[in-house]
Amino acid sequence: MATQHSQSAARIMMAPAVILLLGWMLVPLTMTLYFSFKKYLPLRGGDLGWVGFENYTRFVSSSSFWPAVATTLIIVGGVLVITIFLGVLLALLLDQPMWGQGVVRILVIAPFFVMPTVSGLVWKNMFMDPTNGFLAYMWRAFGAEPVQWLSQASMPSLIMIVSWQWLPFATLILLTAIQSLDSEQIEAAEMDGASWFSRFRFIILPHLSRAITVVLLIQTIFLLSIFAEIFVTTAGSFGTKTLTYLIFQRVLESQNVGLGSAGGVYAIILANIVAAFLIRIVGKNLDA
Amino acid sequence: MARAITTQRKTINTLFAWAVGLIIFFPILWIFVLSFKSEGDAIKAPFEVLTSAWTLDSYATVQDRSDYFKHFWNSVTIAVGSTLLGILVAVPAAWSMAFVPSKRTRGILMWMLSTKMLPAVGVLYPIYIGFIKLGLLDTRIGLVIVLMLINLPIIVWMLYTYFKEIPGEILEAARMDGAGLREEVMYVLTPMAVPGIASTLLLNVILAWNEAFWTLNLTAAKAAPLTAFIASYSSPEGLFYAKLSAASVMAIAPILIMGWFSQKQLVRGLTFGAVK
Repeated sequence: MATQHSQSAARIMMAPAVILLLGWMLVPLTMTLYFSFKKYLPLRGGDLGWVGFENYTRFVSSSSFWPAVATTLIIVGGVLVITIFLGVLLALLLDQPMWGQGVVRILVIAPFFVMPTVSGLVWKNMFMDPTNGFLAYMWRAFGAEPVQWLSQASMPSLIMIVSWQWLPFATLILLTAIQSLDSEQIEAAEMDGASWFSRFRFIILPHLSRAITVVLLIQTIFLLSIFAEIFVTTAGSFGTKTLTYLIFQRVLESQNVGLGSAGGVYAIILANIVAAFLIRIVGKNLDA
Repeated sequence: MARAITTQRKTINTLFAWAVGLIIFFPILWIFVLSFKSEGDAIKAPFEVLTSAWTLDSYATVQDRSDYFKHFWNSVTIAVGSTLLGILVAVPAAWSMAFVPSKRTRGILMWMLSTKMLPAVGVLYPIYIGFIKLGLLDTRIGLVIVLMLINLPIIVWMLYTYFKEIPGEILEAARMDGAGLREEVMYVLTPMAVPGIASTLLLNVILAWNEAFWTLNLTAAKAAPLTAFIASYSSPEGLFYAKLSAASVMAIAPILIMGWFSQKQLVRGLTFGAVK
């Protein structure tokens, strides 16, 4: 059906999007690569010449590199475990027959639409503040000493804030997947005497595995680059400096562009490894 | 689904689910309450907060002191502008990929998706310095362009999955009935494509509204949208819970409402059609 003529028309129609994205990808990427091989300090002398791989080795050997990697992994891992575990439970719950299902669903997904700076600041001040925060009052009401959330328990606090934001996403996708499950299959299993647990273990969970993988990968991509939540709460102190935040500080705060760019290249490589898995899964779906 | 469910079980489900839902929603509910309190009352113990007087003062103060609507308008311009521009670029591309697929279509779609995975921080400096050189730093047009580019892959993908669902036979039928290309596009394709375009628009306005890496790093006082404006509350002076609450409520309310309407599209858009 596709004629020579329509093929070339199609190419012209695609051109603007392809050219824009190509430019968006190649130009900054090339510049980052270029800077990463230079000693470049805009505020202290500017371009100080080529340095080979020095920035790459210095970035990795700096004392803040491994802690930043650990912080990143803990945040990403922590949020993934919490959101997927609770997300499955919530999706199962929301799938049950009840009154006001639509309203409950709206309540549960609401945090996803709250902008990151708002959720960061609201949690930091109205909830986690050790004097006036909601949690401090709760703790005192039970006679306990309020927790200095963002300084003494900075990582759990941050993981909690980010999980609150992403739990709706996991829940919504898992719920969509559960609802696409053939209810006759479950009923048949029920009639054959399968317990609730084995129905979950052998029918629902296998059915969800794909959705769980998708949630896992997409969240990983987004979580690797969380920024605003840290920016407005701890600004990278109290051991919450992620790789993203470390690079941001190198580039914009201390204006060591060469070093930061080398860090950026590491971040790009890391994201690409995750992306390769995601793209394979999405691609499989494209054939179906 | 003709299973009989006892009223008792349904009641338990309902109570439990509502309790969980309210706990998750509570922070939003709480800032809504605090936004109608005076600063002095807003830092009191939760029970005293509830029983204290209600006031609209915070909303007025936020506007007076910091010209809230300027930032609100920046958000609107940037979110809507970047989305519309993105759709303008993406519609022809998605259209041709859906209706005139070639051997390369799949590869192009995958490649577009991969550009979305590029970590922003990796290209922060080039964009930042480019913005300075081009005079785009702290301008709305600069952010419109950047947010359009970062959301373009999602827009193309969403439109593509929607267009794919329009059956090609319907075009042939129209042609047999004597419709020319113009009629075909205007009377057959466009009406069928409108719901998909509208959903794409909705989801991408939400994403652009909440974007908080580029908006924080590429704006200062002038073009700052609400994400950046709210971030200025991270180093406050004096009492500010009520004002922060009021500013936050106004910043999230429009998007919350839009978001509730776009639950389905959210799943589809953010999973690139992998979960429907």
